[in-house]
Amino acid sequence: MLSILLNSNTQWVLLSTMILGVAAGTIGCMAYWKRQNLMSDALSHSALPGVVIAFLLIQEKNLFILIIGAAISALIGAFLIQWITTSSRISEDSAMGMILSIFYGMGIMLLSIANRSAGGNQSGLDKFIYGQAAAMVKSDVITMLILALLVIFIVFIAFKEWKINLFDPQFAKGIGLSIKGMNILYTSILVTTIVIGIQAVGVILMAAMLVTPAVSARYWTRSFKIMILLSATFGGIAGAVGTFISALGNGWPTGPFIVVVASVVFVVSLLFGKENGILIKHLQFKMHQKTAKLNLQTLTEGLENK
Amino acid sequence: MTYTGWIILTAALVGLSCGITGVFLILRKQAMMADAISHTVLLGIVIAFLITSEVSGPYMLIGGIFAGLLTAFLVQWLNSLKVQQDAGLGIVFTTLFAIGVILIATSAGNAHLDIQHALMGEITFIPFNTVTLPIIGDVPQATVLLAAVLIIVVITITLFYKEWKITSFDPALAASIGIPVLLMHYVFMSLVSITTVASFDAVGAIMVVAMLITPAASAYLWTDKLHNMLLLSGAFGVISAITGYYVAAWIDTSISGSMAFMTGIVFFISFIFSPKHGLIVKYV
Amino acid sequence: MAKPIIKIENLSASYRKNTVLHDVNFDVMSGSLTGIVGPNGAGKSTLLKTMLNLHPALAGSVSFFGLPFAKAKKRIGYVPQRGSVDWDFPTDALDVVTMGLYGQIGWLRRPGRLHKEKAYEALEKMGMADYADRQISQLSGGQQQRVFLARALVQHADIYFMDEPLAGVDATTERAIMTILKELKSIGKTVMVVHHDLQTVEDYFDHVLFLNQTVIKHGKTGHIFTKENIAKTYGGNMHWKGEVNQGVVHSFE
Repeated sequence: MLSILLNSNTQWVLLSTMILGVAAGTIGCMAYWKRQNLMSDALSHSALPGVVIAFLLIQEKNLFILIIGAAISALIGAFLIQWITTSSRISEDSAMGMILSIFYGMGIMLLSIANRSAGGNQSGLDKFIYGQAAAMVKSDVITMLILALLVIFIVFIAFKEWKINLFDPQFAKGIGLSIKGMNILYTSILVTTIVIGIQAVGVILMAAMLVTPAVSARYWTRSFKIMILLSATFGGIAGAVGTFISALGNGWPTGPFIVVVASVVFVVSLLFGKENGILIKHLQFKMHQKTAKLNLQTLTEGLENK
Repeated sequence: MTYTGWIILTAALVGLSCGITGVFLILRKQAMMADAISHTVLLGIVIAFLITSEVSGPYMLIGGIFAGLLTAFLVQWLNSLKVQQDAGLGIVFTTLFAIGVILIATSAGNAHLDIQHALMGEITFIPFNTVTLPIIGDVPQATVLLAAVLIIVVITITLFYKEWKITSFDPALAASIGIPVLLMHYVFMSLVSITTVASFDAVGAIMVVAMLITPAASAYLWTDKLHNMLLLSGAFGVISAITGYYVAAWIDTSISGSMAFMTGIVFFISFIFSPKHGLIVKYV
Repeated sequence: MAKPIIKIENLSASYRKNTVLHDVNFDVMSGSLTGIVGPNGAGKSTLLKTMLNLHPALAGSVSFFGLPFAKAKKRIGYVPQRGSVDWDFPTDALDVVTMGLYGQIGWLRRPGRLHKEKAYEALEKMGMADYADRQISQLSGGQQQRVFLARALVQHADIYFMDEPLAGVDATTERAIMTILKELKSIGKTVMVVHHDLQTVEDYFDHVLFLNQTVIKHGKTGHIFTKENIAKTYGGNMHWKGEVNQGVVHSFE
């Protein structure tokens, strides 16, 4: 076991998935309050065609270029979802479902062309779909680290502006914040987080990195600040522990283990969280029922006394 | 029948059953449930495989229904605990899918059940795996499965047509006149699950979402009558599936990907040109 | 003395941590038309939903005709708030009204010509016959409300619950709805309506139920619709426009 941790490549990968978890947990909180939990799912799927096109254009697997391709394609997806929702009777969830599956389909079409032109070589692109952090090389790790730290930095440097923007956009406008500007910045860092995460956990499971830690954190606090910090912590733990477990077996996929660790944290929070956790809520319900009965009792006693 | 004939028939069956089921997904505002179930069905199939050690229709169907209902139940449960609906859905499906992938990687790794196949589907292999039916002769297994599922879907929807309509439109009224709304929900989720499982071989997990949602959403832009929407959506599904096959053959690429892409084209045309709710009529 | 047709005893209900209904008690006599009034968040809609088993009760009991809801539900009609459904649903007005008959039609049978005729009659009664095959999203708010009411009429229930049927509707619709409600009352039906406009209470309802988490006062409108009770229900700082600003309000009419 120790030997795995001592392996320098594993250390790098562990560090990067942990930072990724922290970034995703942070952004996830914002997505949660914008009620856009599944948007991350739609965006990660719509990144696929961009990744493949970028690869077809440069004919090599350069992470930075692939990320740019992914980001452009995800942004187009986001724009289309917005456009369809606002200008037709199609609801947002239908629009998201359509865009994610159609873009994914296009990605697969392009991928099979790419695989053919690369001479049957899988070209490592499928790692992008299913996520295989262990396959990352040092330069990939460095790219990821820089981008993830940038995202975290952007959130924390303007923390109170984000807070106002999320909870009271009208007020934010009143004090001179540009809502449009903030939204563009939000979408950019969301997309950045998603596309760097794809490499580690894959297109399909990326949504979990954003959604699960944020929802788990909600069970422990009512303060937005603490929620973000907790969510970032949960994300980081899931990233690190998941990567560690996957390194124990031969060819075990990283992404799914990270997701399962995050889900375990969620289940624990759901059961024992002090804000609306199942246990607490059950006790509260019982208490309510008791007071309701008690009131009834005093009432009937009062009537009898009359 | 020829090799291409079987493929086209299978694709058309996928389009038809997905198109019909999808209408109620859209109307019940559960489009993303299709996304969730299409992923978690993988877990059901893996478990069925681990228990029976074979990849065959009936076991896969049972495993798929189990996983689909489990998903629906967990989402409903989280929702009743006031977890935001889409957040709950995101957590449930990623978790179950992750468990499915882990099971494949750790225990079923060398069997001929691979994730890539399940996620992408491979319609070109379908004609090779046949069963012999009385009178008709040799029929691809997946085609038989799809035909059976289509029949189940059509019967369930027509028999309870008015109940589907009222529970979709106004669940509160439905409940107040004694229709078991929650039971209907789970029956519908079972329909989505079996449709997904049966389409899995042909189009794979994620593209089945395109087949479920997009033709129905396109039909929603053309008509204001429920039965027309069902017919149109089925037709759009069939058209996308068949043209998708030919486009794929033409540029030599993934068939399922290209079918998903064609549903997108159908939607795009509807979105712009539909005489009822298209962009052009809106601005003219 | 006549037996009450609806009996509510010690009913409580909550949303999350907040108790919205607290120890609610009242009886309703057959053939009455009751307006339920109270400030926002007083639990008016929750009261209806809890009575109809659409929202869980914490404690207490509800009975109709001396029976629990499950046994009486065929005799109860419910008109939810207009905003509770998606009006983009692909269906027309006649079809929506026909849905009111689904309980009577039963499983595995399709609505026949007779059902359609019944539905059409109900639409006619609401002055909506011309709109029978109109897609429901193309109806105005008032017309949608009338479709909802027509749907309740075909149910031929003995008790009707309506959640804000007069909210945001035009004057014609308001008149049409009130005519029907009074007609229902005159043929012995019992109607309870969540209402938001204090000025019309005296004209519209013979009974009134003041609700603010619990029943503040319940009785004949003529007896209990007083300034004191209104002040008690609305927390005292709300003045009844009908008297205080009479001139201002009536100038709109």
